[in-house]
Amino acid sequence: MALTGIEIYKLLPQTNCKDCDYPTCLAFAMKLAAKQAELSACPHVSEESKAQLAASSEPPVRLVTLSANGHEAKAGNEVVLFRHEKTFYNKPGLFVRVKDDMSADEIKTKVSPADAYNVVYVGIELEMDGLAVEAVSGDPNAFAAAIRVVREVSQRPLILISKDPAVMTEGLRAIDGEKPLIYAADQDNWEAMAELALQHETSLAVFEEDLDALAALTQKLKDKGVDDLVLDSGARSLNQLLATGTQIRRLALKENFRPLGFPIITFPGDADEPAMESVLAAQSIAKYAGFIVLDTFTPELIYPLLVLRENIYTDPQKPIQVQPGLYEINDPKPDDALLVTTNFSITYFSVANEVESAGQSAWLLVTDAEGMSVLTAWAAGKFDSERIAKDVKRFEVDDKVSNKQLVLPGHVAVLSGEVEEELPDWQVRVGPREAVDLPAFIKQVLTA
Amino acid sequence: MPIEIPKDSWAGEVRTVSFGATAENGGTRSKTITVGGEKTLPFLQFEVPMPHPPVIALEIKDRRPDDWSSLLLETWGDVVDDPGEWAKAAEEAGADLLQLTLSLTDNEGKPAKPDDAVAAVKKVLEASALPLIVMGPGQAEVDNELIVPIADATKGENLALGICEDKNYRTIVAAALANDHLVTSRAPMDVNLSKQLNILITDMGLPADRIIMDPTTGALGYGIEYGYSVMERLRLAALQGDAMTQLPMMVTVGTETWKTKEAKVGEDVPEAWGDWLERSINWETLTAVSLIESGADIVVLRHPESVRRVRLAIEDLMAVPEPA
Repeated sequence: MALTGIEIYKLLPQTNCKDCDYPTCLAFAMKLAAKQAELSACPHVSEESKAQLAASSEPPVRLVTLSANGHEAKAGNEVVLFRHEKTFYNKPGLFVRVKDDMSADEIKTKVSPADAYNVVYVGIELEMDGLAVEAVSGDPNAFAAAIRVVREVSQRPLILISKDPAVMTEGLRAIDGEKPLIYAADQDNWEAMAELALQHETSLAVFEEDLDALAALTQKLKDKGVDDLVLDSGARSLNQLLATGTQIRRLALKENFRPLGFPIITFPGDADEPAMESVLAAQSIAKYAGFIVLDTFTPELIYPLLVLRENIYTDPQKPIQVQPGLYEINDPKPDDALLVTTNFSITYFSVANEVESAGQSAWLLVTDAEGMSVLTAWAAGKFDSERIAKDVKRFEVDDKVSNKQLVLPGHVAVLSGEVEEELPDWQVRVGPREAVDLPAFIKQVLTA
Repeated sequence: MPIEIPKDSWAGEVRTVSFGATAENGGTRSKTITVGGEKTLPFLQFEVPMPHPPVIALEIKDRRPDDWSSLLLETWGDVVDDPGEWAKAAEEAGADLLQLTLSLTDNEGKPAKPDDAVAAVKKVLEASALPLIVMGPGQAEVDNELIVPIADATKGENLALGICEDKNYRTIVAAALANDHLVTSRAPMDVNLSKQLNILITDMGLPADRIIMDPTTGALGYGIEYGYSVMERLRLAALQGDAMTQLPMMVTVGTETWKTKEAKVGEDVPEAWGDWLERSINWETLTAVSLIESGADIVVLRHPESVRRVRLAIEDLMAVPEPA
């Protein structure tokens, strides 16, 4: 359980030496409790206290990292049930599964595009995290061969799937030195799987169709020395996954229940109805999965999932910002008008969408308002005539827009006089307050 | 020792709201929609069973829409030229209820006339017996001008009427009050603004169980995280006992989704976006399911295939989980 500031204070030297740069040990303890300081800032703390503090600060959901060839997929370290309470930290890894009864060509055809996939969303490049290889043939050599084929076309982290330790042994040999996730230990094979995980220093998935049995097994594996575990409760439907996912996350966070304090793996690819794969994956993103294994790779499925993951895992305290700059909507010409707004993503999208979907052309100057919406930025002094004028010059708007009509958001009509003073060559127009009214404004006021 | 599963028990619960009058209740609807009544977070059936499944509305218009994605127009075909035919087709596509969104202008671009709007609503009510939400075009004056005569002309049907916003709610609330209808209360993605509007509306004498709250949302990629978190927070507030948040929630997922470039545009977009139609349906479906799981009781969609998929998701979520 996390310690309170006072409990932490008792473990500190209590000398108020200020070597940590805080005025007192108590102030430092409070910062530690709020996770705003690191214990390493105190050079005098005893080894015994260090151990106690480290144990108490162990994350309720353990961080598990898969790695291969410079790529990593991390899950865990989550501290809340709802994103608005703080934020979700480690985006669940999206993996595409192939099976060892597929031909080498079939495997490559599926893996290559998934590996190469790259899409840009609000300036962020999004990619797949890795591949899963499942042994369905039962033949250790076929499994190893399939893994080698995957490695010919992708260097991303792997999840190896087989409950047969002999098959898994061959599979691991094919990628010696990597840190895959091996799936899965159950009550029958756990000792042998634990040996493999220890020998290859991999993380290990644990499968039991009941939370009691699952917790009992993770305990046994921890006693054996396997620390990096991943949970599969056997849930495959939306209702089961939501129930067990919520229960596991709650037990870990609210009860500090260590045996289930691990990331969860889900298999949307197991859906009976193909259209449900995307829905299962979407739920997994919002409701607590750490690793998500898909059977289908198509851009039209993956793109929305990657965007959803980006949205859900955005820090609610730091809204997504759009890069300030001069944006073109529907190939504007020099005689089209210039709209001005802030770089809060929702503000930008509202404005850009309305104009774009109305089929109108315009220039859109997105100013650096530190990610705030128009009214908030104005109130905070981050959206004023100086900033607008500065960005008109910085983005060389004069060179591209000859129309010289600048449209201010209606909410900041009060700025129009000042903007005219700053930009004497421009005619300042006050636009509507809401983006939804922009197309009518452009049609009726600007082009009339 | 078996693990004790932590269960939340809440002081508050969401109100149960019904609309759509059957013959028994003086209307002509084939059924009544009942939503709300939740005593815990969505679908946590190991705590309390979900009393009513979320319902799916299909959005139709009073005339051929000017600004809808060509994918939607191809799917619906010629029925979009006639609100009655469209209503019938939407019922056949599996909707639980319909939302008729009125247009700002007529086919020739002239301002919409109240008589035409009333005629369109009547056509829809005759063609389909599903319960109905009627939304104005979204400009205060026009909304009032169109919705008031509709409220009068459909007395007894127990419709849900919108758009009530903080700057324009009095006229529509009064019309609903006088004609036994409900209203939808729309606030821009903000817990306190939603709450405040509900207070204003109930202050006019409309009982809270005649309000459906529309906290608005962005589509996937366009602010869904705000809608998602505002809905989670509204629902948590309701369960904690905050009376003016204890209302069922609706979201216009179709409107938001089909505004996005991803759904609207098929040409000159990045190859990494994939197949246009399947991408659009995923966009609408994933937006809807994510918001249902954060508390939506009514989702308004536009594409029939999204209706099918969201229905499958709701059926799965409503199943009481066996131990896995």
